[in-house]
Amino acid sequence: MPQEFKLILKHADEPGYTPDMGCYLKHGGYETLKKALQAPGRDLPDGKKLSPQEALREDVKASGLRGRGGAGFSAGLKWSFVDRRSGKPIYLICNADESEPGTFKDRQILHKDPHQLIEGMVLSCWANDVKLAYIYIRGEFPEGARLLNRALAEARAKGFLGKNILGTGYDLDIWVHRGAGAYICGEETGLIESLEGKRAYPRIKPPYFPAILGLYLCPTIVNNVETLCHVKHIAAMGPAEFARLGTPNNTGTRIVSLSGDVQRPGYFEVEVGKVTIGELIFHENFGRGLRPGRQLKAVIPGGSSSKVLKAGEVFQLKRKGADGQMAPVEVPMLDLPYDFDSLQSAGTMSGSGAVIVMDDSRSMVDALANLSEFYAHESCGQCTPCREGALWMAKGLHRLTHGDGRKEDAAYLAHIAQNIQGRTICAFGEAAAWPVLSFVKKFREEFEARGEADVAARAAAGSVPDSNRKPSPHA
Amino acid sequence: MSFTIPKNLEAELDELVTHYPVKRSASLMFLHALQEHFGFISNEAAEWTAGKLGLQPIHIYELVTFYPMFRQKPIGKTQVKVCRTLSCALAGAAEIREHFCRKLGLDSHAHVPQTTPDGRFTVEFVECLAACGSAPVVLVNESLHERVGKGQADEILALGK
Ligand SMILES: Cc1cc2nc3c(=O)[nH]c(=O)nc-3n(C[C@H](O)[C@H](O)[C@H](O)COP(=O)(O)O)c2cc1C
Ligand code: SF4
Ligand code: FES
Repeated sequence: MPQEFKLILKHADEPGYTPDMGCYLKHGGYETLKKALQAPGRDLPDGKKLSPQEALREDVKASGLRGRGGAGFSAGLKWSFVDRRSGKPIYLICNADESEPGTFKDRQILHKDPHQLIEGMVLSCWANDVKLAYIYIRGEFPEGARLLNRALAEARAKGFLGKNILGTGYDLDIWVHRGAGAYICGEETGLIESLEGKRAYPRIKPPYFPAILGLYLCPTIVNNVETLCHVKHIAAMGPAEFARLGTPNNTGTRIVSLSGDVQRPGYFEVEVGKVTIGELIFHENFGRGLRPGRQLKAVIPGGSSSKVLKAGEVFQLKRKGADGQMAPVEVPMLDLPYDFDSLQSAGTMSGSGAVIVMDDSRSMVDALANLSEFYAHESCGQCTPCREGALWMAKGLHRLTHGDGRKEDAAYLAHIAQNIQGRTICAFGEAAAWPVLSFVKKFREEFEARGEADVAARAAAGSVPDSNRKPSPHA
Repeated sequence: MSFTIPKNLEAELDELVTHYPVKRSASLMFLHALQEHFGFISNEAAEWTAGKLGLQPIHIYELVTFYPMFRQKPIGKTQVKVCRTLSCALAGAAEIREHFCRKLGLDSHAHVPQTTPDGRFTVEFVECLAACGSAPVVLVNESLHERVGKGQADEILALGK
């Protein structure tokens, strides 16, 4: 039976569990850190010796942990890119911007179990010789920022943070830095600019890979809240045990944020790939299905930037057959395992782990118009294709949802989106283009019908010429 | 109104600067603290911040105009931020905002924050507040209200009256 597996959220929702130090310690908190800091290091079969820090870095690599912020990149590999020979300080930043629409998982950790994040961060910093780290938390989480500040002060008082941590001679400080309402601060280089006190204009890569030229142009690690919590569990249970959770190449657990047209929206921590999209939506342990009498229409599987899935779609996925050979098999959309690789094979992504469900009462045109307005508002404005294109798409969709559409609008929207992706400084360009491309492609008839209906309605009303159209709010 | 920073606030800000190897990094945190105290970022506050951090005023103005949470004018005592993004929209966010606006005599079609003439309320649409599982959500000053229906909206209004 598909069910939750609570590793990170093991205690968070238990009655009486509070976000303070006393409660965390009672539940075995900071024991992993104490053990790790005393570990002797590791002898390798070839006679080489790993320092305890190197050993933890290797463990994170061996665990198969992939980033939970969006891109699903190997955390261990990311750490291995850090330039350790530059002589510059290495910084670590926890990305707690949680701003991808549909996502509300980091919120749970930050508000209910901040010490777990701090323990994960201290371990990660220690493993990477980091002496100064930041938690970049979105401005709309004032309570989260207060709780973190209190938790950090408690950790300092207990000697888990600050000078000479637990008597080992290791110094580390972590500070909270608040954002102020801009989505683009979630993009790691935009975040770094913002942390430097500037507008959150993402930096161009190359050369500005954070691992080499990050905060203050020093090597920098940026990891998501959930990713950093996992580091604690990898250190506690060992990489092999961690990798037994989930599925090969998609190890561990992840917290799925489920919203939209399900009976029971909410967050569910599951083993990666052990639960299908259909189970997340329909199973008793998760979404409990749609409202009575409704049929599924569409699923946005990985945050608003991921490509939409249409009910009834079937995908060709490569699976290992009984003979051990990889062979293509047909997998209906609802049977897609919720993991990084399956969703990628289905042409989309699991992104931030946010699943938004829409039933047959919903207009895909209205839904896309809503999302496009988000992207038009949130483009940082540096790149012309993104700044102008996001606005044009939003204006086009505004027309289409306000009686001023045309049949050609579907093609027009796709055309703009195609000219954004791949032509921008940061992945926001794709984030804005993908919803448009996928909605218009998979629900083309609906977009065209809406445009045709608008044309017919205008004709019946005595044709309003283009120049008399109502201005969109973006104009 | 002359511009003065209370001693304890200035001490708090001085402490914040020590969190960063480069002073300029403290600017967002300065603006949060100043906005919390004064209600908005006045030109005096922006210029004071610039001076304090060794920057040109433009370095602060460009932040105030970029980050949506900062304001250059005073707003209502009770700030009602209604999430407008998809999951909340599916759950009826537009009707909730409409309800607030109708009750307060504000223009529900405006795309900028609307403040009542008596300065009690500001209503605005904001993007995803990361609480989509309990849509529609409304952030009232610093507290999050979830699954907001018209009844709860009325309670929010009664509290701010
Ligand atoms: C437009 C945009 C928005 C993003 N928003 C977030 C976010 O809110 N939180 C987050 O953790 N990562 C976000 N990311 C991903 C980060 O750039 C970065 O990859 C991530 O924080 C790395 O952490 P991880 O490797 O642990 O996933 C965003 C990326 C883009 C392009
Ligand atoms: S792609 Fe968009 S958000 Fe990213 S840097 Fe360019 S303009 Fe800014
Ligand atoms: S869409 Fe409203 S909180 Fe996310």
